[in-house]
Amino acid sequence: MTIGVLALQGAFRAHILALRSLGYDAVEVRTPAQLAEVDALVMPGGESTTMSMLLESSELFEPLSARLAEGMPALGTCAGLILLAAEIEDGRPDQRSFGALDISVQRNGYGRQIESFETELHVEGFDSPMPAVFIRAPRVTRTGESVEVLATNDLGEPVIVRSGKVFGTAFHPELSSDTRLHRLFAESVAYWRSK
Amino acid sequence: MSDQSSTSRTTGTQLVKRGLAEMLKGGVIMDVVTPEQAKIAEDAGAVAVMALERVPADIRVDGGVARMSDPEMIDGIQAAVSIPVMAKARIGHFVEAQILESLGVDYVDESEVLTPADEAHHIDKWAFKVPFVCGATNLGEALRRISEGACMIRSKGEAGTGDVVQAVRHLRSILGDIKKVGQADGPELFDWAKKIQAPLPLVQEIAETGELPVPLFCAGGLATPADAALAMQLGAQSVFVGSGIFKSDNPAPRARAIVEATTNFNDPSILAKVSRGLGAPMTGIAMDELDVQFEDRGW
Repeated sequence: MTIGVLALQGAFRAHILALRSLGYDAVEVRTPAQLAEVDALVMPGGESTTMSMLLESSELFEPLSARLAEGMPALGTCAGLILLAAEIEDGRPDQRSFGALDISVQRNGYGRQIESFETELHVEGFDSPMPAVFIRAPRVTRTGESVEVLATNDLGEPVIVRSGKVFGTAFHPELSSDTRLHRLFAESVAYWRSK
Repeated sequence: MSDQSSTSRTTGTQLVKRGLAEMLKGGVIMDVVTPEQAKIAEDAGAVAVMALERVPADIRVDGGVARMSDPEMIDGIQAAVSIPVMAKARIGHFVEAQILESLGVDYVDESEVLTPADEAHHIDKWAFKVPFVCGATNLGEALRRISEGACMIRSKGEAGTGDVVQAVRHLRSILGDIKKVGQADGPELFDWAKKIQAPLPLVQEIAETGELPVPLFCAGGLATPADAALAMQLGAQSVFVGSGIFKSDNPAPRARAIVEATTNFNDPSILAKVSRGLGAPMTGIAMDELDVQFEDRGW
């Protein structure tokens, strides 16, 4: 089983290191040929506008959209969550997203960098709080009926969501040493593959 | 849905400050002087813009004292784009940094491109919630800046020249010394700390991890997609392009080509494709024609 990490821009290396530390095979994905080789895809944090442009220029948008429609498991963190959302409330007019999660997001929904913060989250199914770092994070403003909320913030807003085989977080699990969310994703991928 | 809410929020931590630099990796940060240029940069795929009144090439031509930008001009650029906005403060000018922080800029560049305000002291960057990036020409300088609280290091290069030679020299110096420190034994690390005038605990940390504790980006003289890919192949994690874009013949396609080259830095066929038909790059000034070298500023 191979988990790809979209490596167009952003914190992709941190995701690869987190997955490898758990013993999983993780590789960078920059081309359609590399995408075709992976069983699941992590979409990292970074700048969503930059990644949107590079998805087009790298001719990855259509094949990735097709893989997601076929049910490829995915995990999107921060900018990755934005790319997976059905609706970007204040995105650039030409910014496209995959709509794999029936949610609406507001970019930089918690303010500028000086408002970026660390906190701890109570996550459904985890027996102790999970550290979470939010960097110019998106705010989830709507969740559809197909979306399960695995954790909320202090205002009750969703910060970890799941719909079918697609997970999304508004924060950066790859920046803390807590790898439980990566483990949950990878074990889910392995389980779905075995079925 | 879980009915338990999270605990309190903590802002301005090292993880939060270094975290934004992590998000900028593999990207291009572009110098802009107007909201229109900022839009062009964002459209081209910049991960952030550096808001300033004059690009380094013009600072060289105009001479005089170069200072922090007018807050009104920074406001205009913040309103024009959704990507992070950085701005420059003079070396040691902590009040300019306080003003930039109050404007909500996302990163402050304590920059040798502006005229230094203090001949001995850099800004105490631990005192701020906004993260700082600083230039360095060698490992000792990089570690002194990190010990003062910098959350990102960039090579200084020689801004405003379009000549990449100094950026290459600085990157090779920093990365080369990191390799050598990694091979040193315990007693040798004391000597390294003394020789490069850097705090021992940081030297020991580098010996253990084999890398800087903060991201290392490249700046100063980059003008082409190939320059950006060169910096990335040498080991930079992102690039700053200053005068190189808006002093060229055709800024928008050049900006986009540099973004694509930074992502695909290891693929010569893509680099060849994106380098085609971009028009003339900035004319530039060769290093040996310079009167003032910005890289000498900072201590």
